Amino acid sequence: MLTLQCPYCGVWAEETELHAEGEAHLKRFGPDSSDEEFETYMFMRENPKGVHFERWRHSNGCGKFFHAARSTTTLEVFGTYSAQTYEPPQEIKDKISAKYPNWSWRDFS
Amino acid sequence: MSKAVSALNGASYDGFVRVSETGLRGMITLRGDLGSKKLAAAVKAATGAAMPKQRKITKGAKGLVAWMSPDELLLVVAYADAGEVVAALDAALSGEHALAVNVSDARAVFRLEGAGVRDVLAKTCPVDLAKDAFGAGDLRRTRLAQVPAAFWANEDDSFELVCFRSVAQYAFDVLKVSAQPSGEVNFL
Amino acid sequence: MSTRLSTGGRNLNRAKQISFSFNGKQLKGYEGDTLASALLANDQMMVGRSFKYHRPRGILASGVEEPNALVNLESGPQFEPNMVTTTVELYDGLSCQSQNHWPSLEFDVGAINSFMGRFYTAGFYYKTFMFPRFAWKHVFEPIVRQSAGLGKVPKDRDGDRYEHFYAFFDVVIVGGGIAGLQAAAAAGASGAKVLLMEQGAHWGGRSMVDGGHVDGKPVAEHVAALLDALDAMENVTLRNRMMGAGVYDHGYVLGYEKLTDHAPEADGPKHRLWRIRAKQIVTATGALERPLSFSGNDIPGVMLASAARDYVERYGVSAGDRTVVVTNNDDAYRTAISLKNAGLEVPVILDARATGGGALAEEAKALGIRVENGKAIAKVKGGKRVTGVAICAQAGEGAVLEEIKCDAVAMSGGWSPVVHLWSHCGGKLIWDEDQAHFRPDTTRAPTSHDGQAFVTVAGSASGPLGLGDVLIDADAAGKSAATAAGFKPKKGDAPEGVTPEQAALEPVWLMPQGAGPKLRMKAWLDFQNDVKVSDVRLAAQEGYESVEHTKRYTTLGMATDQGKLSNINGLATLAGQLNASIPEVGTTTFRPPYTPISFGAIAGEARDEAFQPLRRTPIHDYHEDQKAFFEPVGHWRRPYCFPQGDESHADAVKREINQTRNSVGLLDASTLGKIIVKGPDAGKFLDMMYTNMMSNLKVGKCRYGLMCNENGFLSDDGVVARIDEETYLCHTTTGGAERIHGWMEDWLQCEWWDWKVYTANVTEQFAQIAVVGPNARKVIQKLGGDMDVSKEGLAFMSWKDGKLGDFDARAYRISFSGELSYEIAVPASQGRAFWDALMEAGEEFGIMPYGTEGLHVMRAEKGFIMIGDETDGTIIPQDLNLNWAISKKKEDFLGKRAQLRSHMADPNRWKLVGLETLDGSVIPDGSYVIAAGENANGQRNTQGRVTSTYYSPTLDRGIAMGLLHNGPDRMGEVVEFNKVDGTTVKAKVVDPVFYDKDGEKQNV
Repeated sequence: MLTLQCPYCGVWAEETELHAEGEAHLKRFGPDSSDEEFETYMFMRENPKGVHFERWRHSNGCGKFFHAARSTTTLEVFGTYSAQTYEPPQEIKDKISAKYPNWSWRDFS
Repeated sequence: MSKAVSALNGASYDGFVRVSETGLRGMITLRGDLGSKKLAAAVKAATGAAMPKQRKITKGAKGLVAWMSPDELLLVVAYADAGEVVAALDAALSGEHALAVNVSDARAVFRLEGAGVRDVLAKTCPVDLAKDAFGAGDLRRTRLAQVPAAFWANEDDSFELVCFRSVAQYAFDVLKVSAQPSGEVNFL
Repeated sequence: MSTRLSTGGRNLNRAKQISFSFNGKQLKGYEGDTLASALLANDQMMVGRSFKYHRPRGILASGVEEPNALVNLESGPQFEPNMVTTTVELYDGLSCQSQNHWPSLEFDVGAINSFMGRFYTAGFYYKTFMFPRFAWKHVFEPIVRQSAGLGKVPKDRDGDRYEHFYAFFDVVIVGGGIAGLQAAAAAGASGAKVLLMEQGAHWGGRSMVDGGHVDGKPVAEHVAALLDALDAMENVTLRNRMMGAGVYDHGYVLGYEKLTDHAPEADGPKHRLWRIRAKQIVTATGALERPLSFSGNDIPGVMLASAARDYVERYGVSAGDRTVVVTNNDDAYRTAISLKNAGLEVPVILDARATGGGALAEEAKALGIRVENGKAIAKVKGGKRVTGVAICAQAGEGAVLEEIKCDAVAMSGGWSPVVHLWSHCGGKLIWDEDQAHFRPDTTRAPTSHDGQAFVTVAGSASGPLGLGDVLIDADAAGKSAATAAGFKPKKGDAPEGVTPEQAALEPVWLMPQGAGPKLRMKAWLDFQNDVKVSDVRLAAQEGYESVEHTKRYTTLGMATDQGKLSNINGLATLAGQLNASIPEVGTTTFRPPYTPISFGAIAGEARDEAFQPLRRTPIHDYHEDQKAFFEPVGHWRRPYCFPQGDESHADAVKREINQTRNSVGLLDASTLGKIIVKGPDAGKFLDMMYTNMMSNLKVGKCRYGLMCNENGFLSDDGVVARIDEETYLCHTTTGGAERIHGWMEDWLQCEWWDWKVYTANVTEQFAQIAVVGPNARKVIQKLGGDMDVSKEGLAFMSWKDGKLGDFDARAYRISFSGELSYEIAVPASQGRAFWDALMEAGEEFGIMPYGTEGLHVMRAEKGFIMIGDETDGTIIPQDLNLNWAISKKKEDFLGKRAQLRSHMADPNRWKLVGLETLDGSVIPDGSYVIAAGENANGQRNTQGRVTSTYYSPTLDRGIAMGLLHNGPDRMGEVVEFNKVDGTTVKAKVVDPVFYDKDGEKQNV
């Protein structure tokens, strides 16, 4: 059972305080988008063996959504960070690079 | 105003810890910019308490102020004052983006007192309740068994716990089970 | 025969004799006995039967690995099956029954299986019960049911209490033997917060029996001093009778604490499940002795050498007067020495090693014990107990050299570290050739959230078996765990432990090594599940190469002991047959819990009243007093109807609807979600959340709105009221309150975080009561107060704050029934009083409450959709002809893009219609509209389905709504619905609004 630190209230929360909210950094496509763009936004998801970026909500806590970077295989957590951002902080990317020098995830690396 | 009745009408239970519903408390959810001086002043005026830091609860002459999230406070005042406090906050914060709403009736509050109070909470809350990890003035939002709850520690090491009104009976049942005689863990 | 010795037994309090019963026989034991030791003391050598052959089974071990001696303990609410007697502490009045035999322990018809043994080989069940098909139900299953199973299923409710406990530590050490104690001392000295748990009642582990010296003192003295020192450390918590059940991700450990098993008369919880987070975990879980595989090794009286020694040393009990010791290592010599020193006979030690043993062997010889090197047991003689052994050369095929009479056999096949907790979360193992066991590969430890190792292994759990090495290893483990947890351990060397030097072990996987089929068929690996050397060999011959497959095929290691005794012997046998090395074959997966834990402990507080939260409205007590029939809606219980006397539910619903439509009724609508949305961007935000326009709603007005998810499908609906320029109150469905609040927060926090909007879920702040019917206004006006609720004063689809009587009320003039209707919200704490006031005011109009079924029927009569009935997560508003609620002006709203997709705009989608059966009957729930022909699977084609179907008291006939291909274009057409009995029911396609089509009644 995972523990993640909520970047908003600082609590090291175990999984029962949290709710998984799917993949992070989705870019919304609205009425003007093409079918392909909308399909990508709506249905296409990463399914990595390794580095992954996710959304979580501290649902039994401060109620805030946040991002987490972790490894799906070792459950190592590289960091949690604000939901109000379009990409992971450099510090977290550096931490991942130190462990997985050639990692990439969507447009991030 | 018609006679207001709290969820459990002040029910109590004496186990190795005493669990009692405190009756109605005035509670106001205040959302806004917690860094705003205007907001801090309005909160001080309403409660007499200073702005709490992250996961803290502060005490003033007229009430308590709890840090609930980076943009949310819970003000605890006398039940009868809640309406006026909301009006005063609205007036004081006009022009600022903020939301003050009376939630007094949406909550139930329990008081837990006795030597094993930390044991009782640690049976159903996934929180480190050791004295050096959680002391007076600390507040935690978490879950109590299967429902969301928030609690804080007082100076006398009694605890107060807030949950939604609809699950007051469930919360009370869980606390009662946890506080049954001979259930001391003697650890915390 | 087994018996109590006149002296000895370090665990016993001989001053306190206690009585207990086994299969109704009254027996005596001492305080400090385990149930197993007490049974042996009473010469109860045979304690059960095996699972498949129902062979007599005796006590084999002295700890958690015991596969045979399982009993049904106590009766009634205290009943527990499959209790392992070697871990049950004896208490006064204990009562137990042996299990898995029929009709009695001594005479068991299932034992006939044993004679059929040659047919009951590996995979027997798979091979036999396949054909003919009918035979399973009529022949095999009844027989298997009669004879299968271990303990009985409890019949009564569990009478005990259980609980959980969350705790946080820097270092958790599992195992209170000499290694765990040393690791705790080393970690504790650093100041780290340490928990040391021991599954049994006693500290010190095997060292207390095996002896030796630490820093010149006898080991028992050292342990006592160490315990005192640990007790005095405030940062160290010692808990006995607490097992480390499992190690999980991110330092999560389960501790299973048995509080009153040993003292059932005591108050308090029976078991407590500690849910622990540890920065570092040290597994000091020791090692378990392996049996040897020789013919007849399952006969009662054959036991592990360490167990035979334990019974003498700890409990003053001898397994037999004459015990033959058979071994492949030095440790078993300790047993012989122990027995001899207790005044018992050891006719011979059979050491399979041609070269024999070391210092301990010399000590045994010096005591006058005959030692035979290179010798083995050809077979054990006896039935329900051992009568003797036939001796042969280990190197041979079992030619008998000599027969020796004896009544017990003590065997040792070497020791396997307990690697379970190390392995639970991914710790890897390596094969140690010298010791012939798997031990933790400390370079590949389980890793935690920070990517760092979080499990350290200490003492014999990591491989070393001598006291000196164990102490050095454990001291280092404690220090390294403390360091990893962020503490600075104190410098200093481990205490010096001294035990006799041991000669090398020699792996023995079959005894004698050349044993033929006849001997192999009686050489047990898994004692409980009756898996023998011959079965594993057969599995290999039949192509089962994977150890996981072989396990399932033969059931090796699948018994309640989970292979603690048998696994390594089984693996080695499989490896031998496959001509592979043991590490190539590998182990099966170690899964938690280490030993079984009670269901009660897993459930914790979640039983009876606290099983699940039940949400109550402020008016719930009234409903209960009226004996309402409740239905669950989420965690709420809502009254379905309020039957009077012995009225049927259908009659109650009919009465409630008629009263409401003709006069006035009350509905507790408090469960409806209420979310405040406020801010300069609130209108803009709600325009995105809802399909229709909300920003142009006037203050004081209400509007019905629809919410879709990004896939375009309907997700929720409700009435939005505009409170002031910046503030809206959004009603959601009962089940939708938390979900929709979360949905709003999701978009505000994660997508439009620059929009100035705050939300608050105020669902429970209010009791909300719908006052419905032609007389609704009169009832409300009777309450008095300052609120004008006249047609003009409070127009349809508007709201108002004010006093009703002396209640602080907010009245919404909205209707879900088609009648004149007010939904009135008052603070929850005044809800019950307000309800009572309405009931009183309405008395002259015959006012009565109605339930959710009345609500559903009335809304269906009006053609209003219900989320969850007309929608199922695949329905777009357009399917329900709700185009009027989809703004054409807005550039964007959630779900808009999805609804532009071709299959969403497809004219062939099934659409909502009303349905009237021709015969007035009610269409069965879930019926489909049948179409001509069949689909590719040979199923009847369909062209629609019913979504809501009720008997309408207002129209006195069945009415329904449904989705139908091209439905709205087919008004007047008759379609056919299928029924479960194969017949059909005909219905006419009509407008979904059955009642008051022009909406005059709600608008008066």
